[in-house]
Amino acid sequence: MARLQLRNLEKVYGGAFKAVHGINLDVEEGEFMVLVGPSGCAKSTTLRMIAGLEEITAGEIRIGDRIVNTLEPGKRGIAMVFQNYALYPHMKVRTNLAFGLRIGGASKAEAAKAVEEVAKILEIEPLLDRLPKQLSGGQAQRVALGRALIKKPDVFLFDEPLSNLDAKLRASMRVRITDLHKRLKREGMASTVVYVTHDQTEAMTMGDRICVMKDGHIMQVATPKELYEQPANLFVAGFIGSPEMNVIEGHVDGSDFRTGGQVIPLGEALTSRLSARPERAALGIRPQHLALATGINGALSAQLRGVEFMGHEVYLHALLDGREVTTVASAAEFERMDRSLDTIRLLPEAANMHIFDRDSGRNVSLRAQG
Amino acid sequence: MTDISQASDVFTAGADALAEARRHQRIQQRRARISAILRYAVLLGVGLVMLYPLIWLVGASFKTNAEIFANPGFIPREPTTEGYVQGWETSTPYTFGRFFWNSFLIILPKTIGTAISCTMVAYGFARFDFPLKKLLFTSVIAILLLPNVVTRIPQYILFRELGWLDSFLPLWVPSAMAGDAFFVFMLVQFLRAIPDDMEQAARVDGCNSWQTLLFVVVPMLAPALISVCLFQFMWTMNDFLGPLIYISSVDKYPVSLALKLSIDTTEAFEWNRILAMSVLTITPALAVFFMAQKYFIEGISAGGIKG
Repeated sequence: MARLQLRNLEKVYGGAFKAVHGINLDVEEGEFMVLVGPSGCAKSTTLRMIAGLEEITAGEIRIGDRIVNTLEPGKRGIAMVFQNYALYPHMKVRTNLAFGLRIGGASKAEAAKAVEEVAKILEIEPLLDRLPKQLSGGQAQRVALGRALIKKPDVFLFDEPLSNLDAKLRASMRVRITDLHKRLKREGMASTVVYVTHDQTEAMTMGDRICVMKDGHIMQVATPKELYEQPANLFVAGFIGSPEMNVIEGHVDGSDFRTGGQVIPLGEALTSRLSARPERAALGIRPQHLALATGINGALSAQLRGVEFMGHEVYLHALLDGREVTTVASAAEFERMDRSLDTIRLLPEAANMHIFDRDSGRNVSLRAQG
Repeated sequence: MTDISQASDVFTAGADALAEARRHQRIQQRRARISAILRYAVLLGVGLVMLYPLIWLVGASFKTNAEIFANPGFIPREPTTEGYVQGWETSTPYTFGRFFWNSFLIILPKTIGTAISCTMVAYGFARFDFPLKKLLFTSVIAILLLPNVVTRIPQYILFRELGWLDSFLPLWVPSAMAGDAFFVFMLVQFLRAIPDDMEQAARVDGCNSWQTLLFVVVPMLAPALISVCLFQFMWTMNDFLGPLIYISSVDKYPVSLALKLSIDTTEAFEWNRILAMSVLTITPALAVFFMAQKYFIEGISAGGIKG
């Protein structure tokens, strides 16, 4: 059991390209931390630095009360699950699982016992005498999980473990991994997890907290709910949530937001929360909070451009003063809509609006913490 | 009535079309068969031309000395094993068995040394960063392109100074120190095609570099290693110049020199003995090749490895 701390962690490649810019991150004991971000944001590099597979240029990595900067991966008390499983192709599943323990000096009997235990937890007992090439993707991933589990590490590291699986299997593995994490935690075993993914669904559903990264910087570390409701900046606002948050450019004028010829009243609560009144501002609102309006009062008018039918709901894409915005309507609502019109009326919910500074990207309308 | 006649027209047309289709299919099949026969005939013909010397060699080894020059065909008129019996005895105090044993003594340490040393060097080049790596790898490639003859004299002088002449050491040691650039290059290429995830997993599992090499890399490298061993086996078996330069006592001769010996020392060449021993000499190489054909191909087609 251990907490993981990154202090001013930096990675520079070849003395020129700075991949990680002095990041600080605390992962509490037993916490499931997800690192998420677009490709090239250095989330995998960060994970590999924690694992010891990548040298660190500056900073400090602490697992428990040890600084592990220069320790070999095998001595850091970590276990890692790789994207393409990385099972040893010439060893049977049983040997694959036992390998780490045997290298660590465990006796044959001890290793065999541990293999049986882990196989039972992951329901891979019938696979123990197969070779990795005789396993399906999901089975191989479970074995890879077992290989990490068997070592009883202080910290589990996952490097996009589900991205090679098909959508259905991914969903079930997601549940399996979170269940496993809860079980380990309940049984008082080490269960600190750092999980790298580019898939926001994985991040939102699995993480206790999520660390959103971009270009080697941490953009925000927060719980999934907080990340969704209180994005700290434009990047997080755009990255988390599907369909993407609408960003309408304009400026704050008193208690109104003006864009082109239209005025959006911000309401008293939001206006009083503003920590700044940026000259170049952007109003962010999620499609779910931009309702289709039937009346005229206070509604924005937008030109309907396209409709995406998703089954239980419909995404409507429209142009608001030349900017594309999206709204979500229920299928029933869509049925009732007068589809002969090109113009739709949109009513933003003041309670769920955010004001961003377009220059710094910062959210200037955050609610006070707690 | 018209309906019926129309229907019967349609039917006849359908039957015609069917017959036409069948005829077409038959022609196609016949063409395919003819083309296959032609193809095989050509392949067989060319194959036979290529193989003829070998077949003749085997046939002639069972002929009497007189018949070899009298009869151009490869089937002996009066088959005899005289060539084998007398050839085996040789004109030296040793039988051919002794020379086979010597060949074996050269090949085995050399092959094992090659496999071990080349694997280590290739692993180093493929997986680690170290100062002057580029320069060193370029020199490996340069050695690959260097004609062997160029290094013969300096090497000879070196081994003479070391007092290694007339021993197997000059044949073993360069190979045991990864002197065969070709194998190093081949293994480096093979390793580059294997993703290094497994090695990283091994490091996370607690392996050091040597353990990773031994437990994870070598098993994955097995097909390439087998072909390295096979190549080294065949080349050493056939090597004539190396033993000729460094080995002077007859009791240390490998088969390649021993064959030459029977030409040198016999006044009237007993061709049937020479041919018989030639057949024996190529037999191990051929046998090994046929047994290990699969690995040869696997090892050479390195790019086909899936991660």
